[in-house]
Amino acid sequence: MSTSIVQNKAYRNKQKRKDAFISAFIGFFAIVWIFPILWTFWTSLRPYNDIISYGVFSWPRHLNFDNYFTAFQKMGLTRYFLNTLYVTIPAVLLTLFLGSLIAFVVSRYSFRFNLSLLLLFTAGNMLPIVLTYIPVFWLYIKIGDLFGNRSLLYNNYLGIILVHVAFQVGFATFVLSSYMKTIPKEISESAIIDGASVFRHYWNVMLPLMRPPLAALGVLMSCWIYNDFFWALILMSEDSKRPVTSALRQLQGQYITDFNLLAAGAIIVAAPTVILFFVLRKQFVSGLTLGSTKG
Amino acid sequence: MKTAAANKKIRSRRSLSKGDRFTLAAFIGLPTLMQIVFLWLPALITIALSFTYWNGINVSDIKWAGLANYKNIFFGTPVFYEALKNNAIWLLWFSFIATPLGILLAYQIDRKIKGHKLYETIFYIPVVLSLAIIGIIWNFMLQPGGFVQGIMGRDIGNAVSIWGNYSINTYVIMGVASWRHIGYIMLLYLAGLKSVDMSLREASAIDGATEWQTFRKIILPTMRPVNIIIVVITIIESLRAFDLVYIIYGTSTAWPLLNILVFQNFAGQGISMKGAAYAVILLVLCVGPILAYLRTTFKEDLK
Repeated sequence: MSTSIVQNKAYRNKQKRKDAFISAFIGFFAIVWIFPILWTFWTSLRPYNDIISYGVFSWPRHLNFDNYFTAFQKMGLTRYFLNTLYVTIPAVLLTLFLGSLIAFVVSRYSFRFNLSLLLLFTAGNMLPIVLTYIPVFWLYIKIGDLFGNRSLLYNNYLGIILVHVAFQVGFATFVLSSYMKTIPKEISESAIIDGASVFRHYWNVMLPLMRPPLAALGVLMSCWIYNDFFWALILMSEDSKRPVTSALRQLQGQYITDFNLLAAGAIIVAAPTVILFFVLRKQFVSGLTLGSTKG
Repeated sequence: MKTAAANKKIRSRRSLSKGDRFTLAAFIGLPTLMQIVFLWLPALITIALSFTYWNGINVSDIKWAGLANYKNIFFGTPVFYEALKNNAIWLLWFSFIATPLGILLAYQIDRKIKGHKLYETIFYIPVVLSLAIIGIIWNFMLQPGGFVQGIMGRDIGNAVSIWGNYSINTYVIMGVASWRHIGYIMLLYLAGLKSVDMSLREASAIDGATEWQTFRKIILPTMRPVNIIIVVITIIESLRAFDLVYIIYGTSTAWPLLNILVFQNFAGQGISMKGAAYAVILLVLCVGPILAYLRTTFKEDLK
């Protein structure tokens, strides 16, 4: 009895030392990991002239947020941020709404095609996006011509919103339906017995119960759609209508020489998602894991 | 029991009023229509276009080409094999280095080693950044006047090109790609680990199993569903890899990937349906992992 306790103690001490080593090792990598971001931030605080005159590693003579103000003014970031809002908010809301509709029907009513529907949506989320570029571009122009207004979808926020929704709705459906399966059937049954219509059953009974996954997905998708810069490069011909991430990509070319200004721009554009992550971390994590670890 | 449940379902369907039926049809129809019009239909059209010649301007100019685009790719385009090679490198790197590192990291953080909260946050930050920003951040490290150049003692005047150096750019690209991927895998695995019974682990520790044994014999087997999903995600991400390289090189084929070739043929000077054929090749490669994913996640429903 006493020997096993001694052994245990020795084991624990050994484990403690090992853990300290592992922690230090991971800590070293964590520093390497965060360093590029810190370096960019550091760069953004210094005026370009300092670096030109004294070199990259020179002792800072001026440290201020001037680059940030200049970035907002010169790069017109405010307008681009608004563009991002015009795209992100409707796209996220519409994705959640449509995803919850399918999830509701699939998990509460039994039709023969339930599984096929789920498969269609989940598989759609995993298709290589490049498969759709040319036809979507064409479809947008043709639909526009049909209604006598070429920029009905092409070069319009609506067009970008629709492609985002089409791509994200699969993931939303998948996550929401697996969550809804965990809600007891009895709740639905009593709603039906009470004579609630399908719409009331969805709107007044199920939707309020879906708040947690909806919040999680909302956070996650806002981040994804905010970060996307690609669709706007293809489907927006006017530079001034592009969202902030696409704009940053353009500005990278324009301000390639003044990289302190560009650094400030990058930090500004990165800030919303990083802040979102820190504030709503729980939602973030559960959004990702709801969808991927249901085994 | 089973028949009772079935009866109940049938009854509830019969009891649906006309209005309810209409609502249900709309609930299903609206999202499905959208999914089909903006996703599946375009995908099918691209598959069809891969068998044609077309410059992307007038629909009337589309000409049947049979397998010509594919023949051209397989027998007349050496850059295709370069792209395949790079996709394979990507896949191997992610499979044997980045993904295992992410898993080990998750395992250690889940053990609540000192500083685990801070570490988790740091490793996850790159995942929430847009590729547009990641490109800029890494340029600050690597471009002339950047940190790495400074360490190497090179000023803006006598800088070396890191992206253009073919003996190292593969490693640099893999490094930056891992910067993002490791945090993502870590997070997915961490969530899975939370569901592993703590007592299992304690029992194995009391029995004198080493950390490594515990991880291999206890954690990995109990995490099987998550493992499969992570493998699938790793494969699909490697095949679809694109944004990062596009940010660095644009549509040039300095470091080709399948997806870059698609884009080069769609957005370059002349649109060519070779791009559609590349996209279809990519799709074919993705089908296996996608099916594996669907089989794992819908295992119970498929029975």
